[in-house]
Amino acid sequence: MNRIELHNISKRYPGCIANNAINLVVAAGEIHALLGENGAGKSTLMKIIYGVIKPDSGRIVWDGKPVSIKGAAQARDLGIGMVFQHFSLFETLSVAENIALSLPPKSASSMDALKSRIVSVSERYGMHLDPDRFVHTLSVGEQQRVEIVRCLLQDVKLLILDEPTSVLTPQEVTVLFRMLAQLAGEGCSILFISHKLDEVRSLCDTATILRNGEVSGDCIPKETSTADIARLMVGDETPLNENYVKAVSLASHATRLNVNNLNYRAVDAFSCSLRNISFEVKAGEILGIAGVAGNGQEELLNLISGEQTSSENSILFDQRPVGHTGPAERRRQGLGFVPEERLGRGAVPNMSLRDNALLTAYQSGLLSARGWIQRNRVASYAREVIERFNVKTSGIDAAAKSLSGGNLQKFILGREILQNPSILVCSHPTWGVDIGAAILIRHALVALRDQGAAILVVSEDIDELYAISDRIGAICDGRLSPTASVSEVSIGQLGQWMAGDFESQLSRLDNRHDFELAQPDSVSERAL
Amino acid sequence: MSWVPLFRIEKRASDSGVMSVLSPLLAIVLTLTTGAAVFASLGHAPGDALHTFFILPLSDVYGWTELGVKVGPLLLCAMGLVLCFKAKIWNIGAEGQFIVGALGGGYLALSLSAVESAWVLPAVLCFGSACGLAWAALAAFLKTRFSANEILTTIMLNYIALNLLFFAVHGPLKDPDGYSFPESALFSDFAMLPLLSDDYRLNISVFFALAAVAVVWTLMSRTFIGFQIAVLGEDTSAARFAGFKEKRLVWFSLLVCGALAGLAGVSEVSGPIGQLNPYVSPGYGYTAIIVVFLGRMHPLGIVGASMLLALTYMGGEMVQMDLSLPKSITGLFQGMLLFYLLACDFLIGYRFVGSRGHLRESHGS
Repeated sequence: MNRIELHNISKRYPGCIANNAINLVVAAGEIHALLGENGAGKSTLMKIIYGVIKPDSGRIVWDGKPVSIKGAAQARDLGIGMVFQHFSLFETLSVAENIALSLPPKSASSMDALKSRIVSVSERYGMHLDPDRFVHTLSVGEQQRVEIVRCLLQDVKLLILDEPTSVLTPQEVTVLFRMLAQLAGEGCSILFISHKLDEVRSLCDTATILRNGEVSGDCIPKETSTADIARLMVGDETPLNENYVKAVSLASHATRLNVNNLNYRAVDAFSCSLRNISFEVKAGEILGIAGVAGNGQEELLNLISGEQTSSENSILFDQRPVGHTGPAERRRQGLGFVPEERLGRGAVPNMSLRDNALLTAYQSGLLSARGWIQRNRVASYAREVIERFNVKTSGIDAAAKSLSGGNLQKFILGREILQNPSILVCSHPTWGVDIGAAILIRHALVALRDQGAAILVVSEDIDELYAISDRIGAICDGRLSPTASVSEVSIGQLGQWMAGDFESQLSRLDNRHDFELAQPDSVSERAL
Repeated sequence: MSWVPLFRIEKRASDSGVMSVLSPLLAIVLTLTTGAAVFASLGHAPGDALHTFFILPLSDVYGWTELGVKVGPLLLCAMGLVLCFKAKIWNIGAEGQFIVGALGGGYLALSLSAVESAWVLPAVLCFGSACGLAWAALAAFLKTRFSANEILTTIMLNYIALNLLFFAVHGPLKDPDGYSFPESALFSDFAMLPLLSDDYRLNISVFFALAAVAVVWTLMSRTFIGFQIAVLGEDTSAARFAGFKEKRLVWFSLLVCGALAGLAGVSEVSGPIGQLNPYVSPGYGYTAIIVVFLGRMHPLGIVGASMLLALTYMGGEMVQMDLSLPKSITGLFQGMLLFYLLACDFLIGYRFVGSRGHLRESHGS
């Protein structure tokens, strides 16, 4: 029997058709992937199923009966659970309190009974969860478990997960996939939204691919090649060339970025201390740092950007000490920086692209000596970024928040690259970015490297790090692993580094128990 | 069928540009409507009363010059406040900065009462402005050094300023020949701002206000420091990321505002009032907050809004004279205006959707 059927679902917004006559069928116990680039209409469709958005037209059939889902509460009553990409948890409340808030008052009346239910459900699916811990002490992966357990406590029949793996380590992905498989085996349907094709191929039974708000194809992922699926997602026009050339011999190149014995003491329970971090990045080299979120990446990046200062000699740009200087001075010394948060740090959401160009490029001849803004130069700078980096937008007066994630990231990266940085630091450069934009961004990074810039990429996307880095390392609990040429570091080795085991050698990989299921083929091939 | 509300509230996909312009107009209409009801309930024909309040004050040249007398201080305070508010520094202290400016300038004017020099007036103006600046500096220091909330500190500083003024006019600065009234002596002519015409009270301080509009407008739209202030207000972490010096911007905005409010204060005592008394400000510093929001934080809007709010002062005096209603009607109208404005601003981000139309939409498929 089919758990849910969508027939001809359409939703229009002023100026765009988010969903156009979408048909989608998910059987009971099926793990169904919904694939598509950002802006393809996946989120809109999910929100229609979850009752948050009303479709303009179309029918929804649930367990054989036509329904009109009028809100999230009704969706939950039907047995639909959703785990959003951005969690809706109160950080200052405990796990049990957070879950109690989302349950009907009756089932949350006894806190003790609820806690034991949480423990039993989470143990049953192999996702350990302590109901008394405060949410702010949990890792992102554990917060996601809270969201999932919250759904499971309500006898969910269809679980929707919006890009759930984007915040997880390979190990956590393994646990999640095992749990989803178990859940599906018990008859629960799963709708899995992603744009990571390898994951979909290892987990899902069927897939529906969206492009520009329409279904561009259905397939059985295990029997379809990654290239074919990718082609369905991006259409025929976008080049899918993912061959990145590695840097050649670097021995003679100058060291651009030095980090020497960098220490940082965490100021609160939310941040991570850094211990004796040392590394260097040479001109013409990309260094990739892998790691699970919350292991000190944010602190390290803030120390390099200058938003946090340190002792003078702990950070050197071209052998000049800059540890004590602020972001403006470091930019003057040749630093470009692409932060993880695009809106609300990399760009001001409500300001135009013109103003957002000025935001960090103000030292590139856009101001007069007396502090007047050279409006024509700012406009042409913004226009150049848009043209050179293929940013899809209505123009330089469009607000930053009106751009899709991929286009905004192209804009931010372009804004930094056009400043001719000698050192470029990128945090999660393609996080939540569609394939076309991700490929463009990676090629742009490689091209900048070939011009002689030193590039540091911090990412949780291991595939990406292997694809573009020349050297790779991992950060765990505020300490940095050794770094080595990507050809010398196996995925297993990197996984152990990410877990904090810096002494292990390739020969000791026999005790890597957690590491089989989730590892996409392509990475293993590339690395081993 | 269960009870269905007539309409529901829905978040707009993006903020409505039209509503952000319509909102103040709608607020004005609602204020007038409610005002009419208030007048009716007090036993006056609403049309006549509104005419007395809003039209009659401007029926002659004298009325227009009086409008200028009140627009001047409002504009000076508002142009300072708009800088702070752009940076989301909620400086409620223009009133205190105004009073301290008046008090400081007045003190110097009284001290120099025997000096007959053209330099007395510039000195008085500069000193008054510097006093307002210093008063704002207190709030800036507390905010940047101790992260003290500027809303609280500036409000408290307003009361300190007011009590300093009371102390001065009841004590050290009281006119010895003033029959014990809590007032200072009248300022000498050398400390008074020149009038534009001998027949009216309007003086050259209105040009200070217009200059402030031009300078702050240019600052906000053409200079990098204005850009940094706007970024700081929109997005603190972006400002930090870009390397803007947050504390310096806080100091800058508050000091400019303090100096302008102080100038407004000293211009008031060196102009229409001519001495220190406990009533140097009819709340210009507070009213300027309404002016800034009603004017959509845009210099041109602020000029228009300052004229409207100035009119509420004159209207209050007019209904007191003509209809024997209390002058505090002014505060009522100003309060209603801010209240309705804040309510109408809700419509910039949200909209009402009729339930009936909405039902047809979802069943009609």
